[in-house]
Amino acid sequence: MALEIQTSTLQQRRQTFAHIARRFGEDRPASRYEEATLDIQPMENFYYRPTWDPQHEIYDSSRTRVVMEDWYELSDPRQFYYSTYTINRSKMSDNVEKSLDFVDRRSMLAGIDPDWQDMVRFYLLPLRHAEWGANMNACNIADVGYGAAITQSAIYAAMDRLGIAQIIGRIGLAMGGPEALAAAKEVWMLSEHWQPLRRLIEDSLVIEDWFEQLVMQFLCADGLLLPLVYDAFDAQGDAHGASGLSMICEFMVDWKKDSARWTDAVLDKAIKESQQNKDMIAGWYAVWEPRVAVALAPLADQVLGAAGSDVLAGLRQNLAERAARLGIAPTAEVSA
Amino acid sequence: MTSNVAIVLQNTEDARAIIDAIMADNPAASVSRYPAMVKIDCPGELVVNRDSVSSRIGREFDLQEMHLNLVNISGNIDEDDDRLVLSWHA
Repeated sequence: MALEIQTSTLQQRRQTFAHIARRFGEDRPASRYEEATLDIQPMENFYYRPTWDPQHEIYDSSRTRVVMEDWYELSDPRQFYYSTYTINRSKMSDNVEKSLDFVDRRSMLAGIDPDWQDMVRFYLLPLRHAEWGANMNACNIADVGYGAAITQSAIYAAMDRLGIAQIIGRIGLAMGGPEALAAAKEVWMLSEHWQPLRRLIEDSLVIEDWFEQLVMQFLCADGLLLPLVYDAFDAQGDAHGASGLSMICEFMVDWKKDSARWTDAVLDKAIKESQQNKDMIAGWYAVWEPRVAVALAPLADQVLGAAGSDVLAGLRQNLAERAARLGIAPTAEVSA
Repeated sequence: MTSNVAIVLQNTEDARAIIDAIMADNPAASVSRYPAMVKIDCPGELVVNRDSVSSRIGREFDLQEMHLNLVNISGNIDEDDDRLVLSWHA
């Protein structure tokens, strides 16, 4: 019997969902990120206004003064949707676990100079609470933000902040058990060096405009606080035998870069959209960046001593350059 | 007459970014889509740039990852960390 093998091609009728094809203007294959993001949030036909905010619809773009023609312009350059995000972060947290094991087996945290151990308890452990504040801010952006592009990335950032708080918690447990964490909370609540930062974080929790909150948290606060703690303080620790701590904090160093990439992409799109957006964001930057710098000054002085103010000035300069690349003109205050 | 070089990739999520990068960087290339794979032909020379793929895939792309999606290749390969060039050595 003769056997004839043929291939037959089945042409699929659609390359992607109809709402994605309408957006593209053609029916072409879309990436998973695009399919999991674009136009996911309802935009119309809301029946009841939320009882907790009857001035607005449940999803309402007027909750911020930033105006976008298309809110899906604010996409994530990392293209994180649920599966890529979780895979990426699980790899990063595996590295943290390995570092913790490595450091634990060699008792590297106990080998840090006793004076510097106290310093780490002073500057690092209370940051759990600052990270919790950042988590709340990111949650709020996810809650009241507009468009799944920004709210999706914001809730991932919120989870990351809890992750960082947990890593700091693990360090605290390794350096003195639950008592060390309780003591760190006392420092956060009572130490005079921490009160300006605590006040700043608490003020940021009640910012009305979610885009202002984004500028404050992810550009102004993270832009100064993270490099100060995880670069400058960490480098200072090397001289005191704290290289084990650097290994564990590598997550935060990687995350800082990852998050800045997202923040810059979002701000860049919003600023390029209109002069009005640009002025708005530049105004928020001019309000919050100096406040963050003032709040961090006592910590920088305490940890770095006389070099503290110079290091902080250098970080402000770096942040001003980053902001200038985004189109936020340096204010007289920063350049002075 | 220059003969074609070609690269054949599986039709996967990652490969889509590679295909887009190749099509953007090689204006002369032509793409044929089949049910499970995509064949790209290009007269003379075809280049895959790591940076082009990275910007489309949303993360740092290692060119060696391409082998996970690679079905077939036709041409002589000149490869380093940043790019892969297919051509026929005369």
